Amino acid sequence: MNPIAERQMTDDILRPVLETSSKFYLIVALLGTFVAAGIGTWFYQVYNGLGVTGDNWPVFWGFHETNFVFWIGISHAGTLISAILRMVDAGWRRPVTRCAEAITAFALMIGAMFPLIHLSRPWLAWWLIPYPSERQIWPNYRSPLAWDFFAINTYLTGSLLFLLLPMIPDFALVRDRTTGFRSRVYRALALGWTGTPKQWARLESAMHIMAIAIIPVAVSVHTIVSFDFSMAIVPMWHSTIFGPYFVAGAIFSGIAALIIAMAILRKVLRLENYLHPIHFQNLGKLLLTMSLLWGYFVFNERLTTWYGNQPHEMGVFWATQAGRYAPLFWTMVFCNFILPLPILSIRKLRTITGCVVASCGVVIGMWLERFLIIVPGLGHKPITFSWGTYTPQWVEIVIMAGSIAAMGLLYVLFSKVVPIISIWELKAGERELEHMRAHAETQTAAAEATAGELV
Amino acid sequence: MKAVYGLYSTPESAQHAVDTLRKAGVTDRQITIVSSEPLEHYEFAKKDSKTWMNWIAVLGAATGCTIAYLLTSITQKMWAINTGGMPIVTNWSNLIIIFELTMLGAIFATVATLLVTAGIPNLRKTKLYDPAVSDGKILVGVANPSDANTIERVLRASGRGTLKTIG
Repeated sequence: MNPIAERQMTDDILRPVLETSSKFYLIVALLGTFVAAGIGTWFYQVYNGLGVTGDNWPVFWGFHETNFVFWIGISHAGTLISAILRMVDAGWRRPVTRCAEAITAFALMIGAMFPLIHLSRPWLAWWLIPYPSERQIWPNYRSPLAWDFFAINTYLTGSLLFLLLPMIPDFALVRDRTTGFRSRVYRALALGWTGTPKQWARLESAMHIMAIAIIPVAVSVHTIVSFDFSMAIVPMWHSTIFGPYFVAGAIFSGIAALIIAMAILRKVLRLENYLHPIHFQNLGKLLLTMSLLWGYFVFNERLTTWYGNQPHEMGVFWATQAGRYAPLFWTMVFCNFILPLPILSIRKLRTITGCVVASCGVVIGMWLERFLIIVPGLGHKPITFSWGTYTPQWVEIVIMAGSIAAMGLLYVLFSKVVPIISIWELKAGERELEHMRAHAETQTAAAEATAGELV
Repeated sequence: MKAVYGLYSTPESAQHAVDTLRKAGVTDRQITIVSSEPLEHYEFAKKDSKTWMNWIAVLGAATGCTIAYLLTSITQKMWAINTGGMPIVTNWSNLIIIFELTMLGAIFATVATLLVTAGIPNLRKTKLYDPAVSDGKILVGVANPSDANTIERVLRASGRGTLKTIG
């Protein structure tokens, strides 16, 4: 690789880490205000009880659960996509993986907060941890909530390690480029990494094994989140399709979130030379595939329910198709299917802007989908006298806004501390391209020589 | 620490330096190579590439699986809870926790093997290193050489790189 180009690449990617503009502080302050408002509102909810939310009989799961499922879904973008692309050795993954893995880590952290937020007594959350109890109250391992605990924590641990390990060589790079206190911090973060062939070989082996391990874990996490619903005898919840339906939806919303994050980073951090339109087009194709798959699952779920014509299920069905929730349902269909389909299938429209527009639609649509899975089912249980509705209060809305701001804030702080594109992987990719070109030239020359001899 | 090393701009010149050192009788174990990226297409980067990491990950997975099985089944027997007419030990639903802890075992074993075999964390400044590596240079050298003059002469003779000495 050309040393000047290599140095330029390193400088470009390290610029956001080494230089701080006033915009950074402004964005942090703005997002921090929303996060503080969200935390303050949560304290208000804890102090006054869940009565201040819209959760009420018969709908006890509202925005908080919707946000829990939504964020866990968003978390599917990163590690799963990164692991799959690593497994198949897709060269175009290199500038994308870290942006994606960071989404997973932060979305999981925020998602995992929501069951705690929804507890009216969050200080008792530790009862979920399997510990020897003198009162003989051990967690019930048959409960989907205990499964959640294990699944989310395994995925969070695996994702954090999957994100952190390839950061070590980049920390070493920042260590060598900084002085004073900052250098000492990065020296500690680099863990004494030098870059011997043995260290590189071990890191690559570890990442390969981690990729193999993390894919089934990622699939299991959202399947298990779907079990929170499908294990209950609630209309339109008790369905065998929920596992794959949730996984597909999670990957769908995850890719959309990744595209939005990449577009923002590209613009704000001036990474146009590294995040090319081809990266967005490739992710756009994946998003299109997932949109079709999502449509297929929704059709399956709806058709089976309609054909079965069970009275208690039809209550939910009609509430979403033509009743109180119909505007939300059809907005969801528009956002997840009708909008992305033409944008992503027509090559001319599959631009960066087009992909971002489609992705914004998908993120909104997928949030609505989570809401429509949870609320109408709870409001239309088999006995009709127990039917009811749910209207969110300001408490849930502010906490939700706080969680969105928290995602942004964590991402901004992350991109300030860590090179958002893995520099060593980018260099390795360039080197591999050079190697392949040289190999192809050698083969062409050899073929020409053989042809010359034959003539 | 005493050391003699050269900084090379290309993997080809680094490979040449390694070959020259080998010809001069320096063993692979004595040669230190440091780069800012994996250079798996070059012969010198393939030393120490064999690893038992896969098998250790499998062992970690087996350990996680055993722990999860014991955790769920022993707990359910000791603190029996009747849930919806299910058996006391519910292997079907326990499979979920067993699966998660199996994968967690594999992940922990992999990371532990990486840390141990790659020698990190190592916060002491005892390793041969030069910050120029971060700028894309490849370091080839010998730490604590028995005959520094010979190594210096050999590396100088290999040409193309910038020669440096410590101590």
